[in-house]
Amino acid sequence: MSARHFVHPTAILRHAALLSSGTLILVPFVWMLSLSLKPPGEIFGASFSLLPHHWYAVENYQRALTSAPLLRYMANGLIVCAAILALQIAVCAPAGYALAKLRFKGRDVIFALVLIGLLLPHQVLSLPLFILGYQLNILNTYAALIFPYVVSPFGIFLFRQFFKTIPDDVVHAARLDGLPEISIVWRIMVPMALPAVIAFSIFSVVSHWNDLFWPLIAVRSEELMPPPLGIMAFRNEEAGNDYGPLMAAATLVVLPLVLAFVAAQRWFVEGLTGGAVK
Amino acid sequence: MATVSIDTISKRYGETVVLRDVSLSIGDGEFLTLLGPSGCGKSTLLRIIAGLEVHDGGSVSIGERVVDHLRPKLRDVAMVFQSYALYPHMTVAGNMALPLRMRRLRAWQRLPLVGRMLPGTRKADAEIETEVSRTAKALGIGHLLGRKPGQLSGGQRQRVAVGRAMVRRPAIFLMDEPLSNLDAKLRVQMRAEIKELHQRLGITFIYVTHDQAEAMTLSDRVAVMLDGELLQVAPPQEIYADPDDRRIAEFIGSPKINMLDAIAREHGLVDVAGTTLAIEADALPGTPLALGIRPEAFQLTEYGGTGALTGAVRLVEHMGSDLFVHLDLPGADHPLIARLLAERAPTITPGQTLHLGVRPDRVLLFAPDGRRLRPRRDAVAPVTSLREYGR
Repeated sequence: MSARHFVHPTAILRHAALLSSGTLILVPFVWMLSLSLKPPGEIFGASFSLLPHHWYAVENYQRALTSAPLLRYMANGLIVCAAILALQIAVCAPAGYALAKLRFKGRDVIFALVLIGLLLPHQVLSLPLFILGYQLNILNTYAALIFPYVVSPFGIFLFRQFFKTIPDDVVHAARLDGLPEISIVWRIMVPMALPAVIAFSIFSVVSHWNDLFWPLIAVRSEELMPPPLGIMAFRNEEAGNDYGPLMAAATLVVLPLVLAFVAAQRWFVEGLTGGAVK
Repeated sequence: MATVSIDTISKRYGETVVLRDVSLSIGDGEFLTLLGPSGCGKSTLLRIIAGLEVHDGGSVSIGERVVDHLRPKLRDVAMVFQSYALYPHMTVAGNMALPLRMRRLRAWQRLPLVGRMLPGTRKADAEIETEVSRTAKALGIGHLLGRKPGQLSGGQRQRVAVGRAMVRRPAIFLMDEPLSNLDAKLRVQMRAEIKELHQRLGITFIYVTHDQAEAMTLSDRVAVMLDGELLQVAPPQEIYADPDDRRIAEFIGSPKINMLDAIAREHGLVDVAGTTLAIEADALPGTPLALGIRPEAFQLTEYGGTGALTGAVRLVEHMGSDLFVHLDLPGADHPLIARLLAERAPTITPGQTLHLGVRPDRVLLFAPDGRRLRPRRDAVAPVTSLREYGR
């Protein structure tokens, strides 16, 4: 018994729309990948082809890796992103717990302030932060890249919303079992909110790995540059029409994120929808 | 000694008064049930005893010690929650071991990895493990220790929750509607197990429920709460047969007690539903009263008249050993329900006229404000002219 499968016209339309928007988003990446494989002559050639006539991948990637300290940039990105993420979770989980489960005077006002913080674009704060960094004498260090992001209103908001879905009885049981409040956060709430923690981690790492604006302001020395800023520097130094190595460098910078996303995809989707239903 | 005494506790949330000067004392080893409809404040009272909620006035003592300012951990109470409140990311063994680990191990010994290497940790951990598995075996969940709560059925989760509370041998066991998430069959089974557990442990139990069957079967004493007030504290049979308040009489008993409008007359008589009953009422003649009769307090009689209620049968429900007969009485706005023994009642059909005799000592009288009017002790019960038929 095989049921005949009818394809509804609206389903075709829907998929056409999805495919075309998906293509629009993918094209620049595919183009980047394609350019990173081509010799200089072909990049600005009149003919259009996705694959190069003469493979030039080895040369491009070799130059991307050797003519600028690309691995150094990526190590910087890793250090900065890891430090930001660790500190953000260390701050946001207790703060979210307090806002979700504790009763104290001024809680609603503080939560309103968090929401206001959520509305402010980070760029608005860049001048005061720059001056503050100057006063503290931390400009042009890792600290300058990390500190402005340690308190994340988005993280506090996300954790608070997720913790609110955990029944009060669990907190009560933990108190009766003898856990102090801080242990309730780390031993009960955070493990139960694992999908939210992972979703937040992905958001945080992606946005700080890709951040160009603040590192551009805060950091001068090449040893401290995170990947996007490094690529900028790379382009300035190399200048000219040499886009092949530049695209190869960009591909290498994006690669860790793509791999991480593919590995954590299941968690990512769960984390975004999990809080809504249950 | 784990007596609990609650002295004029009051609690409000904003403008809403949740508890109004509740006072209650519970003996060592007693099984006391707080019974009331949802929203009556019984769970709040339990949480105040546990230290999970802060009360606005009054004080709570456990043993001889006032515990108002003690954190829940220091009160030596354990609690089983309606939702079980298990930790879903820990195994059953982990759930049950946590309260012991928190009490017996120092903070650094509880650290992951490092803790295991510290002196004494292994020994303490091994002891905890032994106790957890002994408790789990006693509850019949020994084979589930390695599972996570998500893989268990409702009844098994219930047992884990009881085990987690039991394993550290608290002085007082608090239970907040522990059976209401179970299906009917399992509920009856777990009810018996809780009773057995209480007998075995011999410690004080305070049990919150809205289910009168649980309250009646489990408790040494029942405390009935309504709208934040404690109405009566008494053994179950007394709550049922001798309630202090109309609201209690109506809340307890299934089918519900029959409430009839009545008027007090002189000489120990009461007018009700077109007939006159010989009942000594402590009220002035002419006072409107409410007259409560439990469904099983009726007997079939051959003739109507004084001392019997007469009405037309509206509906008959066969319950096996019993019959529930719904009777339309003249002047009553809802039918009366009588519970008759099936074997002693001849075939009763809808439309038939039935005479039901009432024993005066089974009648409960209530004043217009709901207060119980008890018969005066000195009054001699007048001779009734009941010609009994059947029981």
